[in-house]
Amino acid sequence: MPAELSRRKTNASRHRSLVLVLCCLLSGPLLADAYRSARQALMEVIEDDVRATSHYLGQDNLDARVLAALASVPRHEFVPAELRSLAYENRPLPIGHGQTISQPYIVAIMTDLVRVEPHSRVLEVGTGSGYQAAILAELVNEVYSIEIIKPLATAAANRLQRLHYQNVKTRQGDGYYGWEQYAPFDAIVVTAAANHIPPPLIEQLKVGGHMIIPVGSRFMAQELLLVTKEQSGKITTRQILPVRFVPLTGQH
Amino acid sequence: MQSHPPYLSVALLSASALAYEILLMRLFTIIQWHHFAYMVIGLALLGYGISGTLVSIFKRQLLNNFARIYISCLLAFAVASVMGYLLAQTIPFNAEEILWDPHQVVYLGLMFLLLTIPFVLAATAICLTFIQFSPKVPRIYAADLLGAGVGSLLILLLLYWLFPHWLLIIIGIGGMTAAVLAAFELNFSSKNKTIVVGVFLITFLIMLGPFIELKISPYKALTQTMRIDGTEIIDEKSSPLGYLSFVNSDKVPFRHAPGLSVNAKYEPLRQIGIFTDGDNMSVITQYPDSLDKLQYLDQMTSAAPYHLRQLNQILIIGAGGGADILQAKYHHISKISAVEINPQIVNEMNERYAKFSGQLYQQPDVAVHVGEARSFLSGKHAQYDLIQIALLDAFNASSSGLYALSESYLYTVEAMKLYLNHLAPDGFLAITRWIKLPPRDSLKLAATLITALEQNGATSPGQQIALIRSWQTSTLIVKNGHFTEHELLALQNFCTDRAFDIAYTATITPEQINQFNILSEPLFNTAITAMLGQHDDHFLDHYKFNLQPATDDRPYFHHFFKWGSFGEIFRLRQQGGMALIEWGYMVLIATLCISVLLSILLIVSPLWIYRRTRIAGTVNIRRAAVFYYFLAIGLAFLFIEIAFIQKFTLFLHHPITTIAVVLTAFLVFAGLGSLSSGRWLRRFNSRLIVNVAVTGITFLCLGYMFLLGPFFQALAASIVPLKVVIVVLLIAPLAFCMGIPFPAGLNTLNKYADQYVPWAWGINGCASVISAALATLLAIHFGFTTVILIAVLLYLTLLIVHPGFAFSQQHQ
Repeated sequence: MPAELSRRKTNASRHRSLVLVLCCLLSGPLLADAYRSARQALMEVIEDDVRATSHYLGQDNLDARVLAALASVPRHEFVPAELRSLAYENRPLPIGHGQTISQPYIVAIMTDLVRVEPHSRVLEVGTGSGYQAAILAELVNEVYSIEIIKPLATAAANRLQRLHYQNVKTRQGDGYYGWEQYAPFDAIVVTAAANHIPPPLIEQLKVGGHMIIPVGSRFMAQELLLVTKEQSGKITTRQILPVRFVPLTGQH
Repeated sequence: MQSHPPYLSVALLSASALAYEILLMRLFTIIQWHHFAYMVIGLALLGYGISGTLVSIFKRQLLNNFARIYISCLLAFAVASVMGYLLAQTIPFNAEEILWDPHQVVYLGLMFLLLTIPFVLAATAICLTFIQFSPKVPRIYAADLLGAGVGSLLILLLLYWLFPHWLLIIIGIGGMTAAVLAAFELNFSSKNKTIVVGVFLITFLIMLGPFIELKISPYKALTQTMRIDGTEIIDEKSSPLGYLSFVNSDKVPFRHAPGLSVNAKYEPLRQIGIFTDGDNMSVITQYPDSLDKLQYLDQMTSAAPYHLRQLNQILIIGAGGGADILQAKYHHISKISAVEINPQIVNEMNERYAKFSGQLYQQPDVAVHVGEARSFLSGKHAQYDLIQIALLDAFNASSSGLYALSESYLYTVEAMKLYLNHLAPDGFLAITRWIKLPPRDSLKLAATLITALEQNGATSPGQQIALIRSWQTSTLIVKNGHFTEHELLALQNFCTDRAFDIAYTATITPEQINQFNILSEPLFNTAITAMLGQHDDHFLDHYKFNLQPATDDRPYFHHFFKWGSFGEIFRLRQQGGMALIEWGYMVLIATLCISVLLSILLIVSPLWIYRRTRIAGTVNIRRAAVFYYFLAIGLAFLFIEIAFIQKFTLFLHHPITTIAVVLTAFLVFAGLGSLSSGRWLRRFNSRLIVNVAVTGITFLCLGYMFLLGPFFQALAASIVPLKVVIVVLLIAPLAFCMGIPFPAGLNTLNKYADQYVPWAWGINGCASVISAALATLLAIHFGFTTVILIAVLLYLTLLIVHPGFAFSQQHQ
């Protein structure tokens, strides 16, 4: 990692820590400001990481709208109260029920890769904390999200409502069959691990649409699988390693 | 004053302690993951080292009231072994968060502390006995080893009968009973009190039994599944091979079909999930009224060989719940043989789930054999049109390198040669693995097969290999002969229909290799082409993961770690690179480093005490010689034991049988060696006895290294009981000799400088912990033969550095 990048990261992290200490001391609007600054610092980290990973992502920068969405969604509202001080660290956090809220860097890349437009209709399978749905809700008009674990589904629905994400429709249930009533979708985000891609989800993907699935465990995304339904109807997949790493020495 | 050491009590305590160690490994593999179980338990055994330090420091206080302290240690061991585990499993440790969250290291430390206590107590009791009854050291050590031998055998047998968490109670009862026995053996004044306390605690433990539950990590697949509405564990079975949970899911079907084509239109049939150790799911599928409903099984990369030509007789390695057998039935194979190592799965398929699975394992065209695959093939002349090795491990464990420490004899060059030799003319060997990025398993497998083909005399192995891949799985197909044009065309069509890519065939063009699952670089093709070329080493050298084929001497197929890449990967851990870290290897290195550091601390601290409390008139011995002697035998004993478990696995094949037989035989015969040495030590010089033992060890080890291979080959077809007898007879003289140096060394210390006895015991304990980790590390890099050679060299140095040598020189 270039020295400059590493220095910037250290500064950003120091800045975040300072802000979070302030959070404990202050309240009300000041607290909101502190979270906003921490979020902004996190944005810098994510942008640096993306630039470093451009080789695999095939692009130097994330869509500015995606970054704006990440900068505006209050991640601290989506993590358990006792972990709020870590909400703007670039790391996954446990949210109970054996589930996690993903690393913001991975959320950013996944959101970017599905290439949504404001008029897109997006399906999310695995609401979890509701954070990914909130990010999508900042970008598109209609988000549909399904969660199989009852307590998580209820908590996420309440949280999204409280935070005024009116354009997210949630339900508790089995995501395997997608959400036929609102299909087809321009993009599908599967946040839970799957042992295969459910055929009904491929069915409910619009021609030209993308589906993204993280592969690996909850705390370590190994790769991202991008499924594309091409104009010809052919299904192609791309596996994206979310890290700046080439497997042969002497290559960059 | 007692005149006889508490032999029975020592033996029972030692049996309980060793059984506890094996049981903990099982329990932590279920509630956590194997690699961290390895670390926590490996380090907890430093309790033996700690006991040496404690006794060194508090020797006088402890020995003043030997019987009381000894019995208290045993009672406390019994309580601590049960409570230690119960408390440790409530610690919210999550192995996956260890690089994100510093608290996890604290949790790990807490678990280590809790689990060390029972070992400290057991080892303190044994060490005190050595000092209290110093002339009887060889007999006490014999009781210790014999007890450990019986304990290891018993726990492995009991693991077939009882659930592992219930066995905790047995360990506790073992400790209590040892305490009560000691009260009799030592003529303890408060005998009645001990009996009352012992009986009370045994009753308490038995009553506690039903409330003991396994707290499985919330991140394991079983716990995750059980959060879904309508899931229910309908049956549980346990054996040393694994804790099986059979799960029914009424509302949300399992739909387990890993690697299913993106073009598939069909949903998997109704299934019952089988979780091994709370993870690693496989399924039993409901037998359909029409085989056409199994069409989804034809939508996987593993189905490819059925499309190349008509197959009649096939062998499936790893039958599990029968998915691969169903796949073969869908393709109307007339004679399906399958091997499954776990008898409990086969029994369940034949009994409880016989109706559900359509009596799949009893159908006339299906023959399921219980056993290990290589053992099954070694004794047979049968030839198959297809040998199919399916996905045997779970994706997550595989992808994060958790198996790096586990030996696997299914994927070595020798294993591949065995499979190839059992292929009918034009038959296929098909091996399916999970895809990892950057590619690892599939490429290492290709390298292994190319080596096997070359060793079998193939002139153009590239003509015999095909690799296909989906986004999730790859199947490597090797033909006994060159692929024909017709077969390659059939393969092409199979892949195109299912959106799979052909990664390698001899005729594939660059335009054809990256069509459906598009990789930024066509690494699968590049790698195999390079491996088949003139400069195959060049590619392997430059690849950032280790792709050198595994061999029987270095059976670590799952080891991909290269030190050269570590720095880069570690720096990238928070920028998406966490999953590239090979956890198994890291855990091994961490275990080794921590155990060396703690050992230094434990071994050095008593020396500081000695400096302050030097007793006038004692011999000024060469500490370095004592240190080296006990370190060397501690290291060498386990090196040989571990290396011979590997050597005999190649003969007995079944992992549990091998461990049970080899471990028990080594401990029991070493015990007998120690027992006999007691008699000889009275008549001969200790150095002479050690020299004879070391010479014996050297000749036997070197002889076995050269002769075992051909000897085992000649007897490969023998029945298992005969093989067990042969193994025991081979181990007997070696272990007998290996049991001598330790009591002989302690005997010398007792004579000249008995304050060093606990120190020597501690050094030996620390050395054993380091040895276990070091043996694996050496085997990974240099092979088990090297491990044996190093052990022999260590033993040979005892000819020069026996502690008695130092004393005799000073006396002269």
